[in-house]
Amino acid sequence: MANIVELKKVDKVYRGTIDTQVLFGINLSFEQGSFNSIVGESGSGKSTLLNIIGTLDRPTSGELWLEGRSTSSLNADRMAELRNRSIGFVFQFHYLLPEFSAMDNVLMPWLISNRRADAGVKKRAEELFDLMGIARVKYNMANKMSGGQQQRTAIARALMNSPSVFLADEPTGNLDSENTGVIYRILRDVNRQLGTTFIIITHDRRIAEQTDRIVEIKDGRIVMDSSR
Amino acid sequence: MKHILENVLLTFKIAIRFLRSNPGQTALITFGMAIAVSIQIFVGLLIGSLQSSLVESTVRNSPQVTISSATRVPSIFAWDKIIDTVQRTGLVTAASPVTAGSAVTVKDQKTIPLVLKGVHVEEADRIYNLRDAVYAGDLYVGSRDALIGRELAAELQAGVGDKLTVVLPSGKETIFNITGLYDLGTASVNKTWVIANMRTVQQLLGLPGRITSIEISVPDVFAADRVAGQLGRELDNSEIKIDNWKEQNQELLGALSSQGISSTIIQVVIVFSVVIAISSVLAITVLQKSRQIGILKAMGIKDRSASMIFIFEGLLVGLAGSLLGVGLGLGLLYSFDSFSSGPGAANTIKLTIDYGFVVLSWAIAVAASTLAGLLAARRSLKLNPIDIIREG
Repeated sequence: MANIVELKKVDKVYRGTIDTQVLFGINLSFEQGSFNSIVGESGSGKSTLLNIIGTLDRPTSGELWLEGRSTSSLNADRMAELRNRSIGFVFQFHYLLPEFSAMDNVLMPWLISNRRADAGVKKRAEELFDLMGIARVKYNMANKMSGGQQQRTAIARALMNSPSVFLADEPTGNLDSENTGVIYRILRDVNRQLGTTFIIITHDRRIAEQTDRIVEIKDGRIVMDSSR
Repeated sequence: MKHILENVLLTFKIAIRFLRSNPGQTALITFGMAIAVSIQIFVGLLIGSLQSSLVESTVRNSPQVTISSATRVPSIFAWDKIIDTVQRTGLVTAASPVTAGSAVTVKDQKTIPLVLKGVHVEEADRIYNLRDAVYAGDLYVGSRDALIGRELAAELQAGVGDKLTVVLPSGKETIFNITGLYDLGTASVNKTWVIANMRTVQQLLGLPGRITSIEISVPDVFAADRVAGQLGRELDNSEIKIDNWKEQNQELLGALSSQGISSTIIQVVIVFSVVIAISSVLAITVLQKSRQIGILKAMGIKDRSASMIFIFEGLLVGLAGSLLGVGLGLGLLYSFDSFSSGPGAANTIKLTIDYGFVVLSWAIAVAASTLAGLLAARRSLKLNPIDIIREG
């Protein structure tokens, strides 16, 4: 399988009164359709790594390649377009827009790409709600749902534009174990059915062990990379 | 093109949702805007009305340009040709010949000075609006008839049908029949002018067929000086002089212009405070919505579109607030008018609604509010999704 994400000698330094280097010469790639986890203690640099892969942040040096193309020369607008089209984010907190319904939230990435949400698009959104098992609450306002429903809505939103890469930062950190189990089963299903590449950050070893590959980060360096 | 439309629709929709999500705050800035605009409309229109009333009462019902003799001879030579030329220029609405001279009348051994004014009533009416000014009797002056003003009538205790004895400087006495009483709105005029038949006055003053001045009215009273200058060039006659009300009323004009300036200052201050108030409230909105903006950026919304949301918020608040403000301002003005012009009230201001001013104030308010949105939007550019996500 081809590499969908490739980091080449990525350094990240946060400038300030004291410069803090959080990533050191990271060389890492992920195959298309793979199901991966990144583990590490807090402050290890795993979230920074995810932000760089998601184009929310830029490496201080080194390169990020996405879908076989270097992102170094892209300006902010092109980067935003790439993010909208190719990347789906889920964070520990759902970050739904409370002013909109669950359905509007799921349609939002599509609308941001300046395309009209026609019947076909809405049908796709409904299918995502079905897949997440929350069809019942799709027209609820985003803040009128349970925590599990909100996080599932956030996952549906991340999948709306059929991204090639799905990035999740502690996606079940705020959920109980029952919801956690359900959500990982769903993510697995999506991975198998749609071939989406998953990169999940977690500090929970048990979750990481259910993925196909575990990359461990410590002090900004990869200390372990094991595949099943 | 289609993309742009979709983008506008999306940002507009988000702006509306953001405004609706905080109804108290939205109502507050909309209402603040409305108050500011209503004061602007009220003050602007009131001062405008005051000015036009003042000009109206000072110059509208009187000649704005006067031609008289510049020589020692009081009468104007070849006056009918001059009137012809003046009327052919098309710059004037009326030109009325006048033969005037001083006279007196005596009441209870008291001498009252008069100005005997011989006119063609039809033409003088077009200058002074005599038809409306005559409040008793008729607007008719036969060879021995005269119209006198309200104050003179009161002083003489005379009315329609009474006689008026006029003594000329030559010592000659003439008796007029009072056929009408007028009120031209100025006490000094009402007290002295005796309006009589042209031919009679010419004979009494020993100026047969001659006149002493030509009174002219112009369509735009504020252009009287320009018209006077142009008439001077057209007539090119050194034996006449041409006066206009503006040069004779410098003080009034000075007062009007400083009133106008103070009105402008008030309005500029209002616009500034609207911009400052709305942009600071919208800046708070940007902070309140920073989480939403952050996640929209993570989803790939461009900085320009994120800014558009707040520009739309400014525009929407501006549209709603200023429309409300225009309504409020006009309502305030009408209620002020009906309150102050009721029975017993001494309201001399005639309200004139300058719709151009209303529309301009409204447009400036909307533009100012949109600008406020733009200022707030600049803050949204600085929002970095990572910071939002890190803070959680």
